Amino acid sequence: MLIKELKALLAKEVKLEFRNKYAFNGILLYVASTVFVSYLSFQKIVDPPTWNALFWIILLFAAINTVSKSFIQESKGLLLYYYTLAGPQAIILSKIIYNALLLVFISFVCYACYSLFIGNIVQNQVLFMASLALGSIGISSVLTLVSAIAAKTNNNLSLMAVLSFPIMMPLLITLIKVSKYAVDGVSLSVTYKYLLVLSLLDLIVLTLSYLLFPYLWRD
Amino acid sequence: MKRYWWKIVAVVFLFYTIIMGFLGPVPHLPVLHETIRNLYFHVTMWFGMMILLTVGLVNSILYLRKSDLKNDILAAEATNVSVLLGTLGLITGSIWAKYTWGAWWTNDPQLNGAAITMLAYLAYLLLRSSVEEEQKRARIAAVYNVFAYVMMVVFIGIIPKFTNVDSLHPGKGGNPGFNTYDLDRNLRLVFYPAIIGWTLLATWIMTLRIRLKNIQKL
Repeated sequence: MLIKELKALLAKEVKLEFRNKYAFNGILLYVASTVFVSYLSFQKIVDPPTWNALFWIILLFAAINTVSKSFIQESKGLLLYYYTLAGPQAIILSKIIYNALLLVFISFVCYACYSLFIGNIVQNQVLFMASLALGSIGISSVLTLVSAIAAKTNNNLSLMAVLSFPIMMPLLITLIKVSKYAVDGVSLSVTYKYLLVLSLLDLIVLTLSYLLFPYLWRD
Repeated sequence: MKRYWWKIVAVVFLFYTIIMGFLGPVPHLPVLHETIRNLYFHVTMWFGMMILLTVGLVNSILYLRKSDLKNDILAAEATNVSVLLGTLGLITGSIWAKYTWGAWWTNDPQLNGAAITMLAYLAYLLLRSSVEEEQKRARIAAVYNVFAYVMMVVFIGIIPKFTNVDSLHPGKGGNPGFNTYDLDRNLRLVFYPAIIGWTLLATWIMTLRIRLKNIQKL
């Protein structure tokens, strides 16, 4: 039952994205222009901490912009309609999965774009990409729930950042640490435990979102 | 007498903390010396803060279970008071750090954890003020509170263990401070009453604020 609902909802999200591509293209343009602005002010960056920090800041704001629309954009009537069709668990899971996929894609585009302009100093590509993928899942779970919270308030977009930063911090600190190791070229045999911590954090935020969303849903 | 005995306990314990905290005997440890007296203020305030945040969490969960607005008011006011205690803890810690480490703020896992905790709960209070409708506000705030509490525990308790960053903070990274060996009998005699005293004082403020809220509602 859940699986069936999940499939239908995911298909709906993807279809919706394909029909009005402006949201998706908007994010891509956002990433490209932010990277270009950084390029204009920094040219090439060879200092690993700076490279890493700038990359994650760009990606973080792109992520907030991407995910914030998942509940805020939808009208009250539409949400009510979903309510009659599917359970809250299916809805939150479908949104998290969809946003995670979107974020994985956007983070890789961002990485490519960033490498092109600012330069690529990452020495352990596998580790860096793994951190991007795991990070996308975690960030998507936190932000999807926060966007559901923010959608219920009056000034939702500014609240989105304020609410999500403190609770994303454990995830972000670990991510920045792992990607710093990847930039420095530390081998996977040393850093695998950080990937484990990252997966554990993903699991925690995913479970929290899954458990808490049904309470937000009742209106 | 039956109802306000604990307020007397709070006042007595806090006077005891202040007098014994400044005048009582303390062990002389390297680095800390006389500044170990800050243990009675800074550390105990954080303890009080954690106790009240836990009260807030329990009430948020109870609200999600039973939808009783009493729990919501209690959760909100517990968090309000713990933010006050947290701010006092930050100030006392910062003054201590200025004279021990030479800086008001350092990049330390302990300090960052404290900052993030404060930010998360300030965000919680902001969230509360941005929703008008009572039931809706209560539910949203409760959800955020549960999320924030778990993330705070993860940030303070779990992340520092894996990232093995050395901390300058007393009791961490081999520095003398709050642990079973250093906390001798003299310290304990003031330390535990101080925790109870701050927590009771905070509870007192909390009950006053709850009564004020209830009057405003009428």
